[in-house]
Amino acid sequence: MKHALPSSKGEPMALVAGRRRREQGIAWLAMAPAVALLILLLFGPILAVAVFSFTDWQIGSPSLRFLGFDNYRALFADAVFWKALANTALYVAIVVPGTVILGLVVALLIEARPALRSFYRAAHFLPVMSTMAAMAIVWSTMLHPTIGLVNRLLAEFGVSGVNWLRDERTVLPALAVIGIWQSFGFAMVLFVAGLKSIPQSLYDAAAIDGADGLLDRLRTVTMPMLGPVTMFVLILTAKRAFEVFDTVRVLTKGGPNFASDVLLHRLYTESFDFLRTGYGAALTVVYLAVVMLLTRAQARMLDRRVHYT
Amino acid sequence: MSDISLKSVVKRHGDALILRGISLDIRDGEFMTLLGPSGCGKSTLLRIIAGLDMQDSGEVMIAGRSVDGLRPKERDVAMVFQSYALYPHLSVFDNIALPLRVRRLGGLQRMPLLGGLMPGRRAIETAIRREVEETAAALDISHLLGRKPGQLSGGQRQRAALGRALVRHPAVFLMDEPLSNLDAKLRVQMRAEISGLHRRLGSTFLFVTHDQGEAMTMSDRVAVMMGGELIQVGTPEELYHDPHDLRVAEFIGSPRINVMPVEALVPEAGNRCAVFPGAATLAFRPEAADLSPPATALLSGRIAAIENLGSDIFIEVAVTGEGAALPIIVRVKPSSDRFIIGDAVGICPDPKRIIQFAASGRRLRTQGREHVAA
Repeated sequence: MKHALPSSKGEPMALVAGRRRREQGIAWLAMAPAVALLILLLFGPILAVAVFSFTDWQIGSPSLRFLGFDNYRALFADAVFWKALANTALYVAIVVPGTVILGLVVALLIEARPALRSFYRAAHFLPVMSTMAAMAIVWSTMLHPTIGLVNRLLAEFGVSGVNWLRDERTVLPALAVIGIWQSFGFAMVLFVAGLKSIPQSLYDAAAIDGADGLLDRLRTVTMPMLGPVTMFVLILTAKRAFEVFDTVRVLTKGGPNFASDVLLHRLYTESFDFLRTGYGAALTVVYLAVVMLLTRAQARMLDRRVHYT
Repeated sequence: MSDISLKSVVKRHGDALILRGISLDIRDGEFMTLLGPSGCGKSTLLRIIAGLDMQDSGEVMIAGRSVDGLRPKERDVAMVFQSYALYPHLSVFDNIALPLRVRRLGGLQRMPLLGGLMPGRRAIETAIRREVEETAAALDISHLLGRKPGQLSGGQRQRAALGRALVRHPAVFLMDEPLSNLDAKLRVQMRAEISGLHRRLGSTFLFVTHDQGEAMTMSDRVAVMMGGELIQVGTPEELYHDPHDLRVAEFIGSPRINVMPVEALVPEAGNRCAVFPGAATLAFRPEAADLSPPATALLSGRIAAIENLGSDIFIEVAVTGEGAALPIIVRVKPSSDRFIIGDAVGICPDPKRIIQFAASGRRLRTQGREHVAA
């Protein structure tokens, strides 16, 4: 048996379907500008990069040849790529916890005492506002082996410093410290905002319940309530750490002996110094895949453990 | 023994005097309510007793010992907050268990992973589990133990918060407007439950509220606070029938007490109502007056509104002439004559039940027995 099923308002299905089509048409029309921009600025370039990664194209070259997976094969066979990947991973592994912990500690200290609160907040936020390329010059002076502030300070305590940015063992940690210095202010501001939104009554309840020590308060109230903020800070810091480029470019150019080469710097060098656009594109695709995988895994893990009120 | 004794507790906030020397004795096992409008300092006083705030001067004693300088956890008090203040990331079970865990488990035993390996933890956890389950059963929330506070209704959160307070059997329960976030019906039900809890436990309860209905129905005694001062402490009956201060008379009772300047009731000398020297304000409860034909009455006016509650009818009379600014409310029995809005009526307050206040708001008593001259 086939009936024209009436809709809830008693209209025939054909009419309802017609109206739905019309509504969908209007919806697409309304979305069109956003969708067009998204395709033009985001999906298009990514697709183009993905296509280039299978070719031998060079910037400005009128012709190109499809190589299949040759670029990827070359990439994965390249020891420098693996070195850059490992360096990036190490850099992220230092900068992310460093930024989050330092940002949190500074936020807690600032919130603990009302005096000069806004001054400290502004002071710690300054590095975030500064231009990293310019600040890198300042850091290079501070880390200078003979006239640098760092080594002079160490000399005061009888410790002989090293040539921080020219030593294979110290160059990456030094860059990581600069990275932390640059980004912890941002984490701090977010944590301060998060701390302000924790209701005082929870601390009161913790005090009555006996959880009134510093660690107990942190564990019972502060950290759980900061969960969503922490997750946001973690993902953002990780993303920014993966993108590290300017300090490397200005201070070390990946040296010495590729000890501070990172993915984005490798990508830039291959694409724009050596003009191997196809190879650079393959590197970009790998870079995007790694970042997306990590973000996804991180979000999943945290989602299970983070409580949203 | 868990009586509470306050000796001239003073609290300042900058220049503002929040508490102006509060002295109050709360007996062991008593249900005492701090009643007052918002901003009168009642919550501050509760926080001082809990140890969450410090008084600027004065002394707080719990169970005969001074607790000044002791931290909240050392005072053996439990507190229920207006917002419940449950830990949102913990299940109801963990919320209730938290005060026990903090007290009984060492720092290492409470470590997230390592704790499970520490010796002695299992036995303590078993005992805690049993006590939490007993408490939950008493509050009828056993089926909610696995849930997070966000998944509970207001009433269920209230019970969970009570459970967290109950579980360690404190000497003193402090409650800061715990019912004000509940809907009207649930509030009445929780009143009865908290009263029942108090009878069952026999602990000292100190309950803060701005709702005189809660104070009147639940308490053994009520302490009325206004402007940082205790105005009157007494049983609900004393506060209702024998207020020491005009503000107490006005704050307590629903519908409100009728208040008028002395001239309104005594238009000329030789009136039937004798007034004490110095009286500025007269007041009487709605049930202390009758309606009568206008000619014979002390006051007269027209009926402005009729509120029929079934068991009682409250008639609001807009009094003619200057005098009482607000309509006079009179309670009549449902069996009496039918009244219609707009009718002219007279009001005859029972002279013996007219309460007189001085200009300062202080109560005037029947000195010299010169009360009625009818």
